[in-house]
Amino acid sequence: MNDARGRLAVVAITSKFRNAMLVFAFACSTLAGAAWAQGELRFCLRSEPKTFDPLKVEDDASVAIRYLTGGVLVRLSRQTQVLEPELAQSWKVSKDGRQITFKLRSGILFSDGTPFSAEDVAYTVQQLMDPALHSATGDAFRTGPGNVETEVVSPTQISITFPAPVAGLDRQFDQVAMLSAHSPKKEMAVLGPFMVADYKPGATVLLKRNPNYWKSDAQGHKLPYLDSIRLDIQPNRDVEMLRFKRGEIDLINSLDSEYFDKLQATSPQAAHDAGPSLDSEQMWFNEVGRSPLPTYKKNWFRSANFRRAISDAINRDDLARVVFRGHAQPAVGPVSPANKFWFNPKLKVEPYSPDAALKSLQSDGFRLENGVLKDKDGNAVVFSLITNSGNKYRERMATMIQEDLQKIGIHMNVVTLDFPSLIERMTQTFDYEAILLGLTNVGLDPSEQMNVWLSSSDNHQWNPSEKAPETAWEAEIDRLMREQASSADAKKRKQSFDRVQEIAVEQAPFIYLVNRNALSAVAANVQGAAPVILVPQTYWNVERLSVK
Amino acid sequence: MVLWRMVLYRMKVWRSVACSVLLVVMGFSLAANWLAPAGYAKQYRDVTDAAPSRQHWLGTDEIGRDRFARVLYGTRISLLLAPAAALLSTLMAALVGGMSGYLGGAWARGAMAVTDLFLSLPWLFLLITVRAVMPLNVSPLLSVMVTFLMLGLLGWTSSARVLCATASSLRDSDFVRQARASGIHGTRLFWVHVLPNLKPVLYAQFWISIPAFILSEANLGILGLGVAEPMPSWGSLLKELEGLVSVGEEPWKFVPLILLVVVVTSFQLVLSKQEELSA
Repeated sequence: MNDARGRLAVVAITSKFRNAMLVFAFACSTLAGAAWAQGELRFCLRSEPKTFDPLKVEDDASVAIRYLTGGVLVRLSRQTQVLEPELAQSWKVSKDGRQITFKLRSGILFSDGTPFSAEDVAYTVQQLMDPALHSATGDAFRTGPGNVETEVVSPTQISITFPAPVAGLDRQFDQVAMLSAHSPKKEMAVLGPFMVADYKPGATVLLKRNPNYWKSDAQGHKLPYLDSIRLDIQPNRDVEMLRFKRGEIDLINSLDSEYFDKLQATSPQAAHDAGPSLDSEQMWFNEVGRSPLPTYKKNWFRSANFRRAISDAINRDDLARVVFRGHAQPAVGPVSPANKFWFNPKLKVEPYSPDAALKSLQSDGFRLENGVLKDKDGNAVVFSLITNSGNKYRERMATMIQEDLQKIGIHMNVVTLDFPSLIERMTQTFDYEAILLGLTNVGLDPSEQMNVWLSSSDNHQWNPSEKAPETAWEAEIDRLMREQASSADAKKRKQSFDRVQEIAVEQAPFIYLVNRNALSAVAANVQGAAPVILVPQTYWNVERLSVK
Repeated sequence: MVLWRMVLYRMKVWRSVACSVLLVVMGFSLAANWLAPAGYAKQYRDVTDAAPSRQHWLGTDEIGRDRFARVLYGTRISLLLAPAAALLSTLMAALVGGMSGYLGGAWARGAMAVTDLFLSLPWLFLLITVRAVMPLNVSPLLSVMVTFLMLGLLGWTSSARVLCATASSLRDSDFVRQARASGIHGTRLFWVHVLPNLKPVLYAQFWISIPAFILSEANLGILGLGVAEPMPSWGSLLKELEGLVSVGEEPWKFVPLILLVVVVTSFQLVLSKQEELSA
């Protein structure tokens, strides 16, 4: 079993003594907590939370509340990207990747005073895997037909067996907040640092410190330090920024580069650039065989040489420098370098080279005539790039790409469409030539990208729902993705996914442009903040934050 | 009496100023090729979002395009196409409103029902839908022409109601009755007696529509549904003001807005002259 880092020493005490000790410890910790509890943290949710049930969470606002209130068995450190023990002291995954055994901490209470044990873990897992619940969190564990079996070995030990191997099984538990099997308060009884105290729909969610939270700091002070957190529901980013400047809120989790620069100019200590995030901006061509495009265009878009030439002709440095004001990095491939474990370090950024692009195109029979690129049949290379209207960064990127491609004789029309129309063309009618969109990655594990890479998937954007892989390289990616998903050996999985990344760069079905930096704002009165690239960037260590 | 003459004199002066402003703005925009030979699309990527300088009189935008050039070309597009759209909408209003008002009875009721139906259409969604179904590979020029065409096709309804009411009152006027009694009927009555009297209203509707269409295109541009990149228009230039928190921060970015206000005001002043003529 994995040894828990920084765990508390467990003192063996008799069961008679235990209750008295717990009462005493609780009294002490409450006093200590009261002495150290500091203020109220305020920040904005950009939408209404759709649920407070941690198992039903899908939207960002509910994810934020789950993070602040839910207790998990293991936690992926947002800072080190390493899995750390929480409610579980240690854990072990079986070699076949189907079973996980947790050793739990003892003496932990839910916010309402109900004791936490292996029974609660079994109850949570059974609830999570109930098909009637339609839990998005549960879907990550659903890799094969059959039921999940839970075996409560003792009050502090539980084994969970899945019908099929689950890739990155232990990491998936980072998203599973434990429920109480016995509490009358149901999901409102929590194990996290805060609990929901008040909710005014459309206005605020008020969280109060959980008096039974089990963690203490190195000096023995009860965590969390904060008394409460006020989450104001505010979808407008301009208003959010204005309120931050007025001192009405203390954090902004993600900022765009223009606001960031303005904030840095006035309050440099409040603006934080944590470096490249997992998010990427990318474009791709329509390779769908049944699309209504003329055959000669289909042939262009299905040629790896053509796609790579476009990739070579785009000046990514300029995109990062100009569009994102330097708060982005030229993208290397499908995985951001910010993903410390899964990024393939052999891959390098494609250098900007219109000459190399023209050479690639010439090998496919294209030729430049009076500044116009023509294919071997004399068709001028003209295509349109769609992006969603209202996104100024994408519109600017598209305009810059337009000028870059003009240099190799390609005429590209920039089209901005409202999002529903864009999605309809992308997924229903396939009536488009190229699309520029962004991908927001929240997970580190490649198994979370299965729906993009498998050729049979609906989200295999350049050519969705293929009955059988239409190219040899797509078949190879299918094989490698399935291989990594069915293995519990991290090294083998890494090898497989490294190769997927190499193929993706060689074949360029997606032309990766930039990885945006994780930009955030933290007011000077917030103590202990150390923004990171992973969500939630600013309050990942919320239990150790305080407000002066 | 003296005061009234002074007011009239001042109004004439202002109208003259407005006409001059419109002529100067139009002249500058037509001379864009000479005044800004590098064009509106050239990206100076090393001087992005720059303040005004000798090379770039109004600075550069976020991707380094010369703002002065973009203002000139954008003005040309907005000032050429908005009157074209206004002409189209006025003609349609004359056809539907003027004819139905003249014919009266079921024609008028039917035409006004159609007008009300058009007025109740959510035109913004209609424009979004039209943009969504348009072919993707259209040039920016064609795209902007389609945008203004749509504005023209959708913008005739209010004018049609005004023209219907005017034509209806003309139909029952003494001079039209006298013309009828003299044996003039049908098309000849309309062309000779009704239409000349509708002209002042048509002019007024035409002039009113121009600033309305300029503002509509600007609104569409702010929504990202107006003119396609890299072509500029006042709408796309006004998008730069999004998120600007202080007027004093980068005042040169307000030039397109000031120009829009000046041109719309000038049109209104010229319009008041037209109204006076029609009175």
